[in-house]
Amino acid sequence: MYYALQILIPLGLLMLGWGVGTLLERAHYRRIHRREDQHHHVPVTTERQLWNPDLPIAESRLVRGQVVVSVDYFKRFLAALRTLFGGEIHSYSSLLDRGRREAILRMREQFPHADVILNLRFETSTISAGGGRAMGTIEVLAYGTGVRYAQALRPPAVPDPAAD
Amino acid sequence: MITTNIETVPGRTILEHYGIVQGSTIRAKHVGRDIAAGLKNLVGGELRGYTELLQEARDEAFSRMVDQAQEMGANAVVNVRFATSSVTSGASEILCYGTAVLVE
Repeated sequence: MYYALQILIPLGLLMLGWGVGTLLERAHYRRIHRREDQHHHVPVTTERQLWNPDLPIAESRLVRGQVVVSVDYFKRFLAALRTLFGGEIHSYSSLLDRGRREAILRMREQFPHADVILNLRFETSTISAGGGRAMGTIEVLAYGTGVRYAQALRPPAVPDPAAD
Repeated sequence: MITTNIETVPGRTILEHYGIVQGSTIRAKHVGRDIAAGLKNLVGGELRGYTELLQEARDEAFSRMVDQAQEMGANAVVNVRFATSSVTSGASEILCYGTAVLVE
């Protein structure tokens, strides 16, 4: 009986992690896509200079977004297996992708009327459980400088290849 | 107080540089949040308690930096950077630094 429990509990947790974790991840991606569509028109760049520096500027300020995300029990198990054989850990790529995109969105939401966000930087740090044990949890910080032009004109975000 | 993470304030001229300003705070998470996070860890997703904790810490570091700049008589901080380092397990230092300047 005791041994059966020892196997059943981790198995149950794996199933729970896989089932609920997948559902939650899908819901999160739906939210990310919806919000990315809303903010699609504001270019975010790692460049430090404005593309049209002669235009009068109304406002510029630091914007920042951050999130702590974690993987589920099942993916953590897959990653632990992967560390035995080496190679790319696919089960963690969605974690980092979700974290970065969510952080960018929160940063954009701080300055919804910006015309461009310059000098985007990321900072990723691991959050460990007690005893310094890593647990597949990361914090992502995204920050940059939001700029809004004085006139409400909106320069084309990216050159349109069809215009040539 | 204007803050940017580029060398200039777009559209303004920098009149004077005052040097480095910084703010930092060291925060530990508490057990209640750990337990909630432990449960959330099973199914994955955002750990809101930790997000809030780190957000508050960064706000604090940022406002300490801004206070320092104000004392110097600056009206903007340019080239702001953030850094995080873990001091011991369960505690981390959040640092925010930049250059205080006077803009027109």
